[in-house]
Amino acid sequence: MATVSVRQALKSFGTTRILHGVDVEIADGEFVVLVGPSGCGKSTLLRMIAGLENISGGEIAIDGRVVNNVPPKDRDIAMVFQNYALYPHMTVRQNMAFSMKLAKAPADIMEAEVQRAAKILGLDALLDRYPRQLSGGQRQRVAMGRAIVRHPQVFLFDEPLSNLDAKLRVQMRSEIRELQQRLGTTTIYVTHDQIEAMTMADQIVVMNGGRIEQSGAPLALYDKPANLFVAGFIGSPAMNLLPGTVTDRGFRIPSGTLLPLPPHAPANAATYGIRPEHMSLSEDGVEGTIVLVEPTGSETQVTLRFGETVLTGAFRERVQGRPGDKLRVLPDLDLVHLFGPDGARLPS
Amino acid sequence: MSATTAAPVWTKMRPKQGALSRLFDWKPFLAFVCLLPAVGLLMTFLTYPLGLGIWLAFTDTTIGREGIWVGLENFIWLMDDPIFWSAVFFSVFYTGVATIGKFALGLWLALLLNQHVPFKSMLRAIILLPWIVPTVLSAIAFWWIYDPQFSIISYLFVDVLGWRDQNIDFINTAWPARWSLIAANIWRGIPFVAITLLAGLQTIPPSLYEAALLDGASGWQRFRYITFPMLLPILAIVMTFSIIFTFTDFQLVYAITRGGPVNSTHLLATLAFQRGIQGGQLGEGAAIAVSMIPFLVFATLFSYYGLARRKWQQGEGND
Ligand SMILES: Nc1ncnc2c1ncn2[C@@H]1O[C@H](COP(=O)(O)OP(=O)(O)O)[C@@H](O)[C@H]1O
Ligand SMILES: [Mg+2]
Repeated sequence: MATVSVRQALKSFGTTRILHGVDVEIADGEFVVLVGPSGCGKSTLLRMIAGLENISGGEIAIDGRVVNNVPPKDRDIAMVFQNYALYPHMTVRQNMAFSMKLAKAPADIMEAEVQRAAKILGLDALLDRYPRQLSGGQRQRVAMGRAIVRHPQVFLFDEPLSNLDAKLRVQMRSEIRELQQRLGTTTIYVTHDQIEAMTMADQIVVMNGGRIEQSGAPLALYDKPANLFVAGFIGSPAMNLLPGTVTDRGFRIPSGTLLPLPPHAPANAATYGIRPEHMSLSEDGVEGTIVLVEPTGSETQVTLRFGETVLTGAFRERVQGRPGDKLRVLPDLDLVHLFGPDGARLPS
Repeated sequence: MSATTAAPVWTKMRPKQGALSRLFDWKPFLAFVCLLPAVGLLMTFLTYPLGLGIWLAFTDTTIGREGIWVGLENFIWLMDDPIFWSAVFFSVFYTGVATIGKFALGLWLALLLNQHVPFKSMLRAIILLPWIVPTVLSAIAFWWIYDPQFSIISYLFVDVLGWRDQNIDFINTAWPARWSLIAANIWRGIPFVAITLLAGLQTIPPSLYEAALLDGASGWQRFRYITFPMLLPILAIVMTFSIIFTFTDFQLVYAITRGGPVNSTHLLATLAFQRGIQGGQLGEGAAIAVSMIPFLVFATLFSYYGLARRKWQQGEGND
C-alpha cells in the first residue's frame, strides 16, 4: 500500500505534446478513477505510472520515492490491461504464478498464493484451462488474479471492463470495488465511462485533452462541476447546457424563452446548466414542445424544444404527452449551475 | 363513356430448363467440373512424375531403352554402394547443419528487425535480396567466391590483410568443400527464415511483453517464456519447409562442386541426377531419388506432431 504523487507530469510523443502538466495526489488505499473522453491521455498517464512509457517532464512518486528512472518491475505495481494480456500458452495457474516463478518463489508458496487468489476470484475450477477456453469475464478475473498474487503497492487498471457485455460490466464493477476494499490496495483505474467512475471512485480525476479538468469526490463533481466540460461529462443523462444572457426577468435563451434564475445570479453568466433530474413538471414552468418521450419505467425522459434549443428532463411522473404537444417544466432554482463566458463555474 | 381496359395480366414464366442447364444444377457434376482443372494439374505435374519416378526405381530402364521390372534390385545395389551412403550422410549433415545455421541467424535477424532499428524497411529489403536472386546466379557468385585462384575472400586475407600467405582451399578437398556448400546454403536460406519468423513475431501482441515486463521478466526471460513459445507453431512450419527444401537441394551443389571433389559433396538429388540423366541409368537414379521419400515423410510428420501438441492454440475441449 502506498501513496502515489504525480507532479507536473509532461508527455510528448515526438513533437506532439500529449500531457500538459498533470498533478494527481493519491492517498494510501484510495480508489482513484481517471476518466475522460478517448484520446485524452488517460492510458498514457497510467502507463507512465507503470513505467511502460518514459516521463518527458515532471515527477512521479510511489510511496514517496521518485520513480522516474525506476524500471517497471521495481515499482511494485501490478496492471490489468484492457485486452487482459493473458499469456495464451500458459494455463490460468501458470499465468497467475508467472511473476512468482520469475522471482524463483518456492513451489508451495506459489501454489498457496494461486489458490488464495483463485478462491477470492472464484477461479478454483478453471486453474488448468488455457485463456482461450475462458469467457470474457473469466479472463478478466484471471488478469486480476495475476495482479493480486503479487501483493503490489498499487493496482493499475486500464479500461478493464470495456470488452464485457453490459450486465457483466455492472457485476465486475462491484466485484473490483469490493476486492479493492478487502485488500485495501491503492488503485488507479482508467475508464471513459463516467458511470463507472461515479460508482467506483473515492476520487475522480476528469481529464480532457491532456489536462486535468477537475478532481474530487464523485458527488462533489456532480454537485459543483468546475467548468462546462465536467458539467457535461459527469452525470447521466447529461446536464442541459443552454447558452444565453442574464436579464432582470430571467435567463434568456436564443428562442426568447426566459428561464428562471436564482436570486443574486451573476450578471456575466453565459451558460445555464440544469440536470434533467433537477426539473419538475409545473404549471409555473416554461413551455416547450415535446420532441421525444422515453419512459424507462422508473422515470420518464422528455426532450423538449424551445426554438432551436433542446432541453431534456427526467421526471418520476409518467408523462402522457406526444411529440408536438406542449409541456411546462420548471428548473429547481437551488440546483441551477451558471458558467461564465470562459466556461468556468460562477459562484452563486 | 365508360371504357374498361383490361389490366394487363403478367404471369411469371418459369423458363423450361434445358438438359445442359439441369446438368450444371446437379451438385456432384458441378463439383467435378470445378475440381477438374486443379486435379488435372496435380495429376499431370505431381502425381504422374512421382508415380513414374517410383515405377522407374523398380526397373532397369536406361536412356533409350525401355526397362523391365527388376523388383528391389536397384535398392539392393545401392545398399552396397559407398557413394550412395556418402550422399545419404552428406544430405543429412548438410540439412542438419544448414538448418541450425539458418534458424540461428534467421531468428536473430528477425528479432533484430522486430526492434526499433533505424532504416528498418531498407534493412528488410536488403535481407530479402539473397532470396530474390535466382539460385543459379547466387551459386555462380559463390563459385567465384570459392574459386581457388580468384576468390575474393582469399584476396582479402592474402593480399589486403596479409593474414595468410596462400589462397584458401574452399572446394578442392572434401571437408572444406562441404562446409563451403553449407555456408552458401545458409546464406541463401536466411531471408526465408528471417522474414517468415519476423511475420510470426509481429503477431505477438506487445501487451504480452508489457505484462511480462511488469511481472519482472528480463530480456532473456521474455524471449524464453513469451517469444519462443508463441513463435513455436510458425517455427515448426518454417522449419519443416526449410528441411524439405534443403534436403532436396540440387542447384547450389550442382553449380558449385557438381558433387566433387571425388563425390564427397553429393546430395541425394545431385547423385540421382548424375546417375540417372548423365550416366543414363534412369532406374538407378530414380531409386536414389525415391530413397529421399522416407526422410521427407519423417520431416513432415515431425512438423505435424510438433504442431498438433499445442493445445493452447486450437481445438476446443480441454480433455
Ligand atoms: N506511442 C504513441 N505514439 C504517438 N502517439 C501516441 C502514442 N500513444 C498514444 N498516443 C496519442 O496520445 C493520445 C492519448 O492516448 P491515450 O493515452 O491512449 O488516450 P486514452 O485517454 O484514450 O487512453 C492520443 O491522441 C494518442 O493518439
Ligand atoms: Mg486508453
